[in-house]
Amino acid sequence: MRRVVVTGLGLVTPLGSGVETVWRRLIAGESGLRKIETFQVDDLPARIAGVIPRGDGSDGTFNADDWMEPKEQRKVDDFIVFAMAAADQALADSGWTPKTEDDRYAAGVLIGSGIGGLQGIEEASHTLRDKGPRRLSPFFIPGRLINLASGHVSIRHGLKGPNHAVVTACSTGAHAIGDAARLIALGDADVMVAGGTESPVCRLAVAGFAACKALSTCFNDEPTRGSRPYDKDRDGFVMGEGAGVVVLEEYEHARARGAKIYGEVIGYGLSGDAFHITAPSMDGDGAFRCMKAALKRAGIEPSAVDYVNAHGTSTPLGDEIELGAVTRLLGDAAGGVTMSSTKSAIGHLLGAAGAVEAIFSLLAIRDQVAPPTLNLENPSVETEIDLTPLKAKPMTIDVALSNSFGFGGTNASLVFRRLEA
Amino acid sequence: MSDIAERVKKIVVEHLGVDAEKVTENASFIDDLGADSLDTVELVMAFEEEFGVEIPDDAAETILTVGDATKFLEKNAAQA
Repeated sequence: MRRVVVTGLGLVTPLGSGVETVWRRLIAGESGLRKIETFQVDDLPARIAGVIPRGDGSDGTFNADDWMEPKEQRKVDDFIVFAMAAADQALADSGWTPKTEDDRYAAGVLIGSGIGGLQGIEEASHTLRDKGPRRLSPFFIPGRLINLASGHVSIRHGLKGPNHAVVTACSTGAHAIGDAARLIALGDADVMVAGGTESPVCRLAVAGFAACKALSTCFNDEPTRGSRPYDKDRDGFVMGEGAGVVVLEEYEHARARGAKIYGEVIGYGLSGDAFHITAPSMDGDGAFRCMKAALKRAGIEPSAVDYVNAHGTSTPLGDEIELGAVTRLLGDAAGGVTMSSTKSAIGHLLGAAGAVEAIFSLLAIRDQVAPPTLNLENPSVETEIDLTPLKAKPMTIDVALSNSFGFGGTNASLVFRRLEA
Repeated sequence: MSDIAERVKKIVVEHLGVDAEKVTENASFIDDLGADSLDTVELVMAFEEEFGVEIPDDAAETILTVGDATKFLEKNAAQA
């Protein structure tokens, strides 16, 4: 199989818009969690979220008009706008644009989303009920479909290769990058724009996840403390919005044009829990087999892993199950590994999480620093693994593993390696 | 310009995101103002909403320019 490297990154997250801004703030220990102010929350048990800072585009704020014309924004849900922004950033960062028709045929898009345009679905259902079918916009369907993120990106950039989308709940972003890397490895494309996007900060989604008892409800007055993976006071995840998109490239293709290379995608593993619709299997077996498969594909021993970007959503059950699976995987090497959950700073971006966290893993490799697990004041369990409490940790990182686990018992792990110059 | 023509123009400018001076009587939504077939469906819906009329599909198919819309609405609008 052909080798696949990452040559471009794009981020829109609760810590801002733009890779360098987000990363600088993440390493500095800043939080993107805030009180929800855009819709009624007083009757909801969870009232906080990771909210993208909107503004005029300066100082890392996100200005949707910079990425999509207002008349086009009107036709789509925010998850598509976020994906357009992150894809534009990633392609610009990669320095690659298709020059010939053959270039276009060999370049595809694979951007997923966990739940797509819930906000628009909520509004359209009201329109249908209150005003009837003749008032439903012709853009209702194309503005909500999950694969339309890939569709819009392909149209803007003229990418005519594989056009695909993943929908695997909170594993979406990782599956998208892994699957896209496979498409390159197998020769279906030379370049893939891949990642995840999500815009779940709306009343319907918050109410829905709250009904699953998945969300943090004890920190409504202290939003930055709400996401606290591995901490004994954790009580659920904090939802977040945003997108992460990478440019994946066949290794020789990237080398031939002298591209900057963030790292190589050396491993990708997938597994299913076959256990429960929302709860992870109690023994962590799905997570374990997923990571093991990724390491097998990478052809490395567990001891080669330096940094793990955990799924770590801050739910009472999930965090310790994942930690147990990682511990089992690493065996004697556990004491030498550093793991953190960046969801502590930005919340859980659902379908975007795996892609955003893959990007954080690549930046950890680039800058040789592990981002912190915020709010980890009193770990709920003892472990040999360094969970990177509160502060970023400068360290040698050659290999990073990024985990994502989703509702339905769907698991994905990605392994990235620093490329020697 | 009639009141109806003014309101039609305003809707077209808003929905298609085009400069007001391009929205002339003879301007075709698709050929001159960059609309696609879905845009024209939405435009007709916006006219229905603004003018409180129902525009049947066969009539909507004949509304190709700004002037077509104005003429139809001047004839059929519930309130001018």
